[in-house]
Amino acid sequence: MSQLIWNGLFVGSFYALVALGYTMVYGIIKLLNFAHGDLYMLGAFTGFAMLGAMGGLVRSSSLVALLVVLVLTMVTTGLGGLVIERVAYRPLRGMPRLSLLITAVGASFALEYGTRIAAGPNPRVYPVRLDGAAVDVLGARVTMQQLVLMAVSAALMVALAVFIGRTQQGRAMRAIALDPKACLLMGINVDAIIARTFFIGSAMAGAAGVMAGGYYGKIDFLMGFIIGLKAFTAAVIGGIGNVPGTMLGALVLGLLESFGTHWVGGEWRDVFAFGFLILFLTVRPTGLLGERVTERV
Amino acid sequence: MLELTDLKVNYGGVTALRGLSLTVREGETVALLGNNGAGKTTTLSAISGLVRLAGGDIKYQGESVAGEPPPAIVARGLVHVPEGRRIFSTLTVHENLLLGGYLVRDGKELARRLERVYELLPRLAERRGQEGGTLSGGEQQMLAIGRALVAGPKLLMLDEPSMGLAPLVVAAVMEVIHDISAEGTAVLLVEQNARAALEIAQRGYVIENGRCTLEGPAAELSADPRVVEAYLGKV
Repeated sequence: MSQLIWNGLFVGSFYALVALGYTMVYGIIKLLNFAHGDLYMLGAFTGFAMLGAMGGLVRSSSLVALLVVLVLTMVTTGLGGLVIERVAYRPLRGMPRLSLLITAVGASFALEYGTRIAAGPNPRVYPVRLDGAAVDVLGARVTMQQLVLMAVSAALMVALAVFIGRTQQGRAMRAIALDPKACLLMGINVDAIIARTFFIGSAMAGAAGVMAGGYYGKIDFLMGFIIGLKAFTAAVIGGIGNVPGTMLGALVLGLLESFGTHWVGGEWRDVFAFGFLILFLTVRPTGLLGERVTERV
Repeated sequence: MLELTDLKVNYGGVTALRGLSLTVREGETVALLGNNGAGKTTTLSAISGLVRLAGGDIKYQGESVAGEPPPAIVARGLVHVPEGRRIFSTLTVHENLLLGGYLVRDGKELARRLERVYELLPRLAERRGQEGGTLSGGEQQMLAIGRALVAGPKLLMLDEPSMGLAPLVVAAVMEVIHDISAEGTAVLLVEQNARAALEIAQRGYVIENGRCTLEGPAAELSADPRVVEAYLGKV
C-alpha cells in the first residue's frame, strides 16, 4: 500500500514538472502547446549529449553530474521554448485559436523529427543510471536517488509558486491571463512576460526530461508524446491554467496510475489515465481547482 | 503639455478619427464630450499607443510620442484608465495596485505611492485583501483610478469613469478626480455624462464623427445652446 502511494507520488512529481509548463502557457495565452512534451524529450537528449561530452568525469559521482547537467539542460530547453514562441506562436497572436493549435502540432512534429535527424531513430541508453540501494520508509522501498529527484521537483515547484505568487513578474503573468490589454496600460511589456513564461515552462519540462533519462535509462525521439498527453491530463484534472491545481492534478494522476496498474495490470496504465481525462472533461471540465467561470461584471 | 494635431485613425475600413486636434495644458482638467462612436475612446487609445495612427501627430512636452509602444507612454507619465475599468478580477485589490506600479523599480517608492492611494481612497484600504471582482461598481472604478495613480501620472486619462454608476457614486468619483487635479495632475476626461464632466473641467471639447466640432471653457460650453440640446437636456 505505502509502496503504491510512494510510486504514485514519484511519478506524479514528474508529471507535475511537465504539466506546469502546459498550464502556465495555457493560462497566459490560452494555447494548448502540443510541442510542450517534445521539450521534455529535447531535455532528455540535451542531457544525454552533455553527459556524453563529460565522459569519464561522470562515473565517479553520477548524481552530482546529473544535477549540473540538469541546470544546463533547463537553460537550453528554456531557450528552445523561447525560440518556438518567437518563431511559431508570436506571429499568430490575435489570430483564431485554431491556427495557433495547428501550429503547435506542427512545432511538435518539427521537434520530434528534427531530433530524429540529429540523433537517429534508435533509442539511446543514458550513461548514468539512478538505481542504487533502497531504504525502507514506512514499509515502502525507496531509493536515495528517488528521494533526491523528488526533492528537486519539489524545490522547483516551490520556487515557481513563490515566483508567481509574490513577485511583480508573477503577478504580471496572472494579470495577462485575465486582460492583456489592460496590462499594456500598466506599462507591462506583455510580449516579454509571455516569452518568460515559455522559458520557465520549457525549462521545467527539460528538467523532467533529464530526470526521466537518468531514472528510466532509455530515451527516444517520440518519448515526449505520451508524457505531453499525460501532462495535459494532469492539468485538466487539476484545472488547466491553475498552477496549484495542476500540481495537485499531477499527483492525483500519478496515484491513480499507480493504484490502477496494481489492480488491473500494467498494460492498462495509459487506458486508465486517459479514461480519467475523458471522465473529467465530461463531468468536471474545470478540474479540481479550476477557475471560476462566473465573474461579477 | 499634450498636443494632438490632425489625428487620423482607421479600423479596417472604418474611419474612427478624421483629423482631430486638441490640447491639454499643464495642470488642467479637460472634458471630452460626444456621443457613442464619436471617437472619444479611440482618441485615448491613440495617445496610449494602443492603436496605430493613420496620420497626424501627438506631442507630449514638445516631443512627438506617436508610434511609441504603450509601456513607453506609461513611463512618460501618460496613464490611461480604460473604459469598463478593466481591473484584474481574480487578483486582490492590493495586487491590482501593485501592478499599477509595475514600472516603479524602487520598492520604497512603490510602498509610499500605495500608502498615498490608500489615504486618498480609504475604501480600498479596507478591502485590500479582497479580490477585485468582488467589489461594487463604484469601488472597482476607484480601484481602476487608484491603480493608475500608482503609476505616477502627470496626465491622467479617464474613459467614462461614471459609466453604469448610481448618481451618488458618480458624484463621489468626480470628487476624487477633482482632488487629483487639485494636486496638480492634468486630467483628460472622456464622458457621456457631460453635466458631471463640465462641473469639474476647466475646458471642454465636443467630438462628432471623429473631429472636434466645438471647444471652449467649461462654463461657456455648459451654456452653449447646442451642447445643452445635444448633451445636457433642457432644464
